[in-house]
Amino acid sequence: MNSSIDETVEQLEADFAMFDSWEEKYEYVMDLGRNLNWPDHLEQREDLLIQGCQSKVWLDHEMQENKIIFYAASEALIVKGLVAMLLNIYSNRSPEEILRLQPDFLDRIGLSQHLSPTRSNGLHSMLATIKRIALAYYTG
Amino acid sequence: MSQLNPIAAPFTTAPVDWNAIRADFPLIAGHDLIYFDNAASSQKPKVLLEAMENMVTTSYANVHRGVHRLSQQATDQYEAARKTVAKFINAADEAEVVFTGGTTDSINTLAFSFGEAHIQPGDEILLSGMEHHANIVPWQLMAERKGAHIKVIPVLENGSLDLEALDALMGPKTKLLSLVWVSNSLGTVNPIPYLIQKAHAYGIPVMVDAAQAAPHMPIDVQAIDCDFLAFSAHKMCGPTGLGVLYGKRHLFEPLPPYRGGGDMIDRVRFEKTTFQGLPFRFEAGTPHILGAVAFASVLSYLSNIGMQQIEARERQLSNSFRQQLQLNFPEVNAIGTAADSVSVVSFLVQGRHPMDVGVLLDNQNIAVRTGHHCCQPLMERFGIPGTVRASLAFYNTEEEIERFFVALRKTIQLLR
Repeated sequence: MNSSIDETVEQLEADFAMFDSWEEKYEYVMDLGRNLNWPDHLEQREDLLIQGCQSKVWLDHEMQENKIIFYAASEALIVKGLVAMLLNIYSNRSPEEILRLQPDFLDRIGLSQHLSPTRSNGLHSMLATIKRIALAYYTG
Repeated sequence: MSQLNPIAAPFTTAPVDWNAIRADFPLIAGHDLIYFDNAASSQKPKVLLEAMENMVTTSYANVHRGVHRLSQQATDQYEAARKTVAKFINAADEAEVVFTGGTTDSINTLAFSFGEAHIQPGDEILLSGMEHHANIVPWQLMAERKGAHIKVIPVLENGSLDLEALDALMGPKTKLLSLVWVSNSLGTVNPIPYLIQKAHAYGIPVMVDAAQAAPHMPIDVQAIDCDFLAFSAHKMCGPTGLGVLYGKRHLFEPLPPYRGGGDMIDRVRFEKTTFQGLPFRFEAGTPHILGAVAFASVLSYLSNIGMQQIEARERQLSNSFRQQLQLNFPEVNAIGTAADSVSVVSFLVQGRHPMDVGVLLDNQNIAVRTGHHCCQPLMERFGIPGTVRASLAFYNTEEEIERFFVALRKTIQLLR
C-alpha cells in the first residue's frame, strides 16, 4: 500500500532534516538520480521535452484507475535526483491529490533554489506541467 | 603598413599592486566568494558608484535639450564620456562612437541599418561558427527580410577558425564579415588584424564583436582597421544597459537610422523628416546618461591600471588555470585549446553533465557559468550539451584558482 501524498512529503522532509551538510543533501539527491529509470521512448520524443536552458527533462504520463502515473527522464544527475523526488511525490496520485499539495515543502527541504522559475533547468516547468496535466484530468 | 598587433607593445610601467586593485571591488573584496563568471558580467569598482553619485548629486539633467545650466553640464559630461570611449579604442573621431544598450543592441542596429543600405537578394553575410547568438540572430533577421544568405567560417577541433576556408567563402556577393574577436565560450582570440586585412583585400567591410575582447586587451580600431566594432560596458566593470557601436565615419554616417525618436532628427515634418549625422543619428531618445558618464570613469580607472597590464595579468591567470587543469585532472577535457586565448577556460568532466558540476561548485561558493553560453551552433559543432566555463578577470587571484581546484576535486568525488 502506497503512503499518501502528505505522508510522502512528511517522510521527505524528515529525511532532509537529518542532513547536517549540503554534501549529504546532494548525495541523497544524486543517489535518487542514479536510481531513476524511464521507458526508452522518452528521450526520442521531442514533444515530451520540457524546455529548460541547461538540462533537458522529458515527461510522459498515463492514467490508470484515476491515478496519474508520470515518467520522467533527464541528463544531469542532480536534476535526475530532483525529478525522482518529484515523481515519488506526484506520480501514482489522483488529480485531486496533485492539485491539493502546496509545493512549499521544497522551501522547507532547502532545495527550492533548483525549482524557482529563474533557475533555467526545466524543473519548474516540469512541476507546472504536472499540475497542468492534473488540472486537465480534474476538469476534464 | 600600420601596426597590426597593438597588444605586442613592450611594457614600461611599474608593477601593479593587484591586491589593492581587488580592494576596489566591494562585492568580492574580503569575501569568500570566488567569482569566475566574468565573461557573463564583471564586478563593479567603487569608481562606478562614485561617478554616478557625483552626477546625481551635482549635475544631472537631460542632455542635448535645455539651455539651462544643468542640462549643459550634463551634456558636457555625456559628450566628454564619448571622448573618453573614443580615446580608449583610439577612434579617429569621437562622432564615430555611438552609445547603445549593449553589444546585442549594437549588432542589431548595424544589421538593420547596413541591411537597409547595402543588402540585395542573393547577397551574403559571412559569420563564424563560434559566434554568440547576438552575432547570428540579428543577421538572420536581416537576411530573411532582404533575401540574403548567411555563410559560416568553420571552427577547427582546437576551437580556432579554419583560416584555409576563407578564400572559398569570400567573394563578390559577400557584403560584410561580422566576427567575434574573443570567443565567449572558448576564450579563443581570433587573429582579427589578419582577418580584417584578408576581408579588405576582397573589398569586404568587417564588423568586430569585441564584447569579450574590450575587457581584456587594448583596442585600437585604427591599428586593426576594423570598419565597425561593438562592445558592452557591463563586461568591463561598467554599468549594464550601455554599449558602444563604433563605425568608420564614411561607412557609418550614410546608413539609415535604426530607431526613430527625439534627439536623432534634424527637422521633423509630417511630409518628410531629415536626420542628424553621427553620432546622434543612432541615439534616438534619452540615452543612458548616468551609465555613459560612469563608464567613462571606469575606463579611466582601467586605463590607469593599464590595459596591457590587465591583459598580461589575465593571460597569466587563465594560462595558470589551464595548466593546472590539464596537469592534475586527467578526467577533465578542455574545450577549445587554441594557442591564443584569454580569460575563458571551458571544460567538461568526462561523463558528467556541466550543470551538476556547476551546482556543486556553487555550493562551495564558486560562481561559474554552465550551459551553451548562447553559442548553440558551436556546442553542436563539438557535439556537447554545454561546458563548464570559468572566466577570470584581473581582480581574481592565484589563491582563488588553488581553492577552485580543491573544490573541483571534491565536486568530482561527489559525482563519482
